[in-house]
Amino acid sequence: MRKMMTSVAAMTAAIALAAGAASAGQEDNLVVNEEIEIVVRTDAPAHMENVDTIYSGWTFRSDETQALQMDDFDNPGMIFVDMGREVFDAAAGSEGKSCASCHESPENLKGVKAVYPKWNDQAEEVYTIEMQINECRTDRMGAEKLKYNGGDMTNLVALLASVSRGMPVNVAIDGPAQSTWEWGKELYYSRTGQLELSCANCHEDNYDNMIRADHLSQGQINGFPAYRLKNAKLNTVHDRFKGCVRDTRAETYAPASPEFVALELYLSSRGNGLSVEGPSVRN
Amino acid sequence: MKRTFVAAAVVMAGTFPALAEVVAPAAVTYADGAVAQSLTGQAGNADAGRTVMTTRGLGNCIACHQVTALEDFPFHGEVGPSLDGAGDRWTQEELRGIVANAKMMFDGTIMPAFYKKSGYVRPGDGYTGKAAKEEDLEPLLTAQQVEDVVAYLATLTE
Ligand code: HEC
Ligand code: HEC
Ligand code: HEC
Repeated sequence: MRKMMTSVAAMTAAIALAAGAASAGQEDNLVVNEEIEIVVRTDAPAHMENVDTIYSGWTFRSDETQALQMDDFDNPGMIFVDMGREVFDAAAGSEGKSCASCHESPENLKGVKAVYPKWNDQAEEVYTIEMQINECRTDRMGAEKLKYNGGDMTNLVALLASVSRGMPVNVAIDGPAQSTWEWGKELYYSRTGQLELSCANCHEDNYDNMIRADHLSQGQINGFPAYRLKNAKLNTVHDRFKGCVRDTRAETYAPASPEFVALELYLSSRGNGLSVEGPSVRN
Repeated sequence: MKRTFVAAAVVMAGTFPALAEVVAPAAVTYADGAVAQSLTGQAGNADAGRTVMTTRGLGNCIACHQVTALEDFPFHGEVGPSLDGAGDRWTQEELRGIVANAKMMFDGTIMPAFYKKSGYVRPGDGYTGKAAKEEDLEPLLTAQQVEDVVAYLATLTE
């Protein structure tokens, strides 16, 4: 009896192996701290023409990488969240105020990350959460802008993501945001650089395929900022865009550029329905 | 007499005599995706082609293609079809066309064009992310490297 069980286990292991590294943990579900349920796969939003199901990048990572995101004590990104709390509470600027002076706690801003980028009526443009934070600093605190993809800003964004974990991404793409969204879509499908590759070539046409040693995901951004094992730091979404564009042997856009803001809105909308999961862990 | 003439032509083209026979990217003629004329007039070297196919900064063909004969090199991709038997499926002329500019054979394909210098959107200076001047661009592979890869592909028979 015991022997039989062992051999069944061995068989299951063999089958898992035969299925190949490519599908490691792809069926798994993500619950953080045994408490926060993360939607890692769901029906694609209606505006997506070529994809039926959307998947978090987490589902494409190895079991080991996946495990790091299941507990905040193991998630190296959470250190940066703690640093973000310090920035949140620190007074800055001529008004002597901190974020906490007006927003009380980061938890008070729960849900905000899920709906950004978002149209800003006063500025008459689409705002990323970084742009909104910098507006609070310049217009409400009398402080300097934080560097758009610098450490303090990224830690604040990780903090605001962390308090929204488990909430569905739900960015608006109609109304005044529509033209920015359309632009982002155009950028997503543009084949750039000497390799003439678009985001879609890799992340829509070939997700779940290996490209050399990399298991291609859908390039979702619900997990940003992302702690990458490769560079052992928290990576902003615009830095990730930059890296992927550069890899097509193209001239990239700069972080904070209107192009990347548009691309961010478009990509966020491709993840509408997945949960916010930043700070995520990726390889 | 003839010699002087060639030398003069070479000086005018501002290039070295040995390169005089190379077909420039813009001068390559495709017929149904195939290229009949050798790009260098010299036979390709299959061993050199194998290096081009497996090296990241060169062809990096195995990033997208599985090739059983190249199993010593780790991590073969799944974006394109396996190249096993490519030497049976295609003539040398067709292989030259596919490697030089696969878009001539497979409309809209993801496979990069390896022997072309213009017509890009926002071309970069290698992998720096910085802009390249269009006139400074080199094709991803040299004419001889294309011939070398073609020679290697021709060995992939079943
Ligand atoms: C002087 C008060 C004040 C300070 C200080 C302040 N904010 Fe704000 N913040 C506001 C107000 C007012 C709004 C706008 C609310 C609205 O328009 O819906 C806002 C909006 C926001 C939003 C967008 C909320 C939403 O629902 O779209 C975020 C995120 C935010 N602030 C973060 C910060 C951070 C981070 C800091 C510290 C760097 C900060 N704020 C400092 C007053 C402040
Ligand atoms: C040559 C193929 C290729 C192209 C083209 C490409 N990427 Fe990627 N991208 C990758 C690889 C490989 C990874 C790492 C594995 C993965 O998550 O797919 C990645 C990862 C990402 C991630 C991180 C996903 C996560 O869950 O953390 C994002 C976001 C992304 N890409 C966006 C883009 C955007 C936007 C474009 C177009 C501007 C683009 N990529 C173009 C290959 C590509
Ligand atoms: C970015 C991915 C990619 C790279 C890199 C790439 N290819 Fe391809 N290749 C493809 C795809 C996809 C096809 C299928 C053609 C289509 O789009 O229908 C293909 C088709 C081919 C074919 C015809 C397939 C057949 O039926 O045998 C050959 C031969 C080939 N490639 C050779 C190469 C060589 C040699 C290199 C390197 C110099 C290379 N490829 C690099 C993606 C790639």
